[in-house]
Amino acid sequence: MGAIYIMWLRELKRYVRSRAQILVSLGQPALYLVALGYGFGPVFAKAGAGSYLQFMAPGVIGMTVLFSSVFSGMAMLWDRQFGFLRETLVAPVPRLHIMLGRTLGGATVAALQGLLILVVCLIAGFRPHAWSAVLTALVFVVMIAVVFAALGSAIGSVIEDMQGFQFLMNFLIMPIFFLSGALFPLKHLPRVLDWITHADPLAYGVDGLRGVLIGNWMFPWGGRIDFWFDAAVLAGLAAILLALGARLFSRIQL
Amino acid sequence: MLAVVIFSRRKWRIIQAAFRRQQPKSMPPSPAIQVENLTKSFNGFTAVKPISFQVERGEIFAFLGPNGAGKTTTIKMLTTLLRPNDGKILLDGFDPWQHSREARQRFGIVFQDPSLDGEQTAYENMELHGILYHVPRQERAPRIEALLKQFELWERRKDYVKTFSGGMKRRLEIARGFLHTPGILFLDEPTLGLDPQSRNQLWTHIKTLNQQEQTTVFLTTHYMDEAERVAHRIAIIDHGALVAIGTAAELKTRTGTDSLEAAFLALTGTSLRDESANAGGDQLRRFAKMWQKR
Ligand SMILES: Nc1ncnc2c1ncn2[C@@H]1O[C@H](COP(=O)(O)OP(=O)(O)O)[C@@H](O)[C@H]1O
Ligand SMILES: [Mg+2]
Repeated sequence: MGAIYIMWLRELKRYVRSRAQILVSLGQPALYLVALGYGFGPVFAKAGAGSYLQFMAPGVIGMTVLFSSVFSGMAMLWDRQFGFLRETLVAPVPRLHIMLGRTLGGATVAALQGLLILVVCLIAGFRPHAWSAVLTALVFVVMIAVVFAALGSAIGSVIEDMQGFQFLMNFLIMPIFFLSGALFPLKHLPRVLDWITHADPLAYGVDGLRGVLIGNWMFPWGGRIDFWFDAAVLAGLAAILLALGARLFSRIQL
Repeated sequence: MLAVVIFSRRKWRIIQAAFRRQQPKSMPPSPAIQVENLTKSFNGFTAVKPISFQVERGEIFAFLGPNGAGKTTTIKMLTTLLRPNDGKILLDGFDPWQHSREARQRFGIVFQDPSLDGEQTAYENMELHGILYHVPRQERAPRIEALLKQFELWERRKDYVKTFSGGMKRRLEIARGFLHTPGILFLDEPTLGLDPQSRNQLWTHIKTLNQQEQTTVFLTTHYMDEAERVAHRIAIIDHGALVAIGTAAELKTRTGTDSLEAAFLALTGTSLRDESANAGGDQLRRFAKMWQKR
């Protein structure tokens, strides 16, 4: 248990200590919020879809959590480069514990980032339909964070260089972001795209956030069932990706 | 009265002698490290040919070899970082690939290449290690303090490791390796980049550990005088194969030379070796890999 805790704590310390980086990493979602939110706002409203800021704020929160958690997992690349990974790999604790500590640490940091950007959204004029919804939204923030921190750990266990990192960013993480419905409604899409969006883990996270915060659900079953469906999909994915990450991490050779 | 004193003195000597003789007998039978036909190749290139050797408990065993001889690769296989292609390893009787946790609990290691967390302070690096290696909480703080003081890092304990000089990082790495008291200590070129003072300090510490706690030490070094000074036995490895194994005196006699250095050169030849396997070799190899992949 000590190993999980100390690896978790390491991630948290790194986050708290890099104050400049916190601001930098909030810059991108804030830019999306301002540029797209205000830029597309009039078009969106004219199409009769309501306020674009209201629509996209949950998406931007999901995006922040996605990138933050994936990056934390992929930071394993640097620990590999600087050698610290070796120190943890030969320690007499199950590698599962090391991996869990790292992953949960990354997820915690990502969830904190998500909360911060939620505050930014509120400042920018976003209004949830009820204030209690903010608490429920936390459930989805945490689940998105765990799913993608686990994915990041799995990826970090496999890639060994910057090329691999960039490849996965461009061909896995960016599509996950753009096809999640964070920026546009996943309705009336071509059939193939429709299938892809339903295979996108983040789509369920963004849908959950949006449903909880502004009562706008992708699936037609009504709020409560939609909530549990999204939550169940994310929980299942989290379990699968944690298992995958643990397996890949335990096989690392240096 | 006198007779009693003489008698008891003699008796005392007999007891002492008996005790001395008894010590090896009372030790458990399995050697600290047992290696049989260990082999490793990287994409067709054989870095370690089938090698076999045995290190007894309480022994200081030095692995000497030119750059790229396969020393680090061997240590990586012994410490569960690299899977051998073939062969058998037993650490304290445990196969590190089948009982990795039991095996890992028994050894400590100071790597050739850096393995510190630059984003944490010196103290935090030590503490993290103490927790990972189950050093009890009450013992952790005093041991960390003692070691940091011994390696003259105590004043800098609150500084981030990324601000340390190369020598300081090396000292911290070594201090960390001593934090838990493993039965088997692996040291891969521990003195690389250290000044003579720190080097002396290190070997004194290792000898003390070895004598007081019967720690088995498996070390690699480029410095012949160090190997001769501390090691009970020396193995010479070249191009992945063991070319000689024995005490320094035995190696000298075998080669008909009068210094270990001459014996080493007689056994491994005088041609230069590829430098890429030196410290930082890992880094270079990684870059090479990066280019190959394109
Ligand atoms: N991961 C690797 N991939 C390819 N070649 C390697 C790898 N690790 C080591 N080698 C090669 O194996 C040989 C032995 O290396 P090493 O064990 O590091 O030597 P040293 O005795 O200097 O520690 C060298 O020729 C080195 O280039
Ligand atoms: Mg080496």
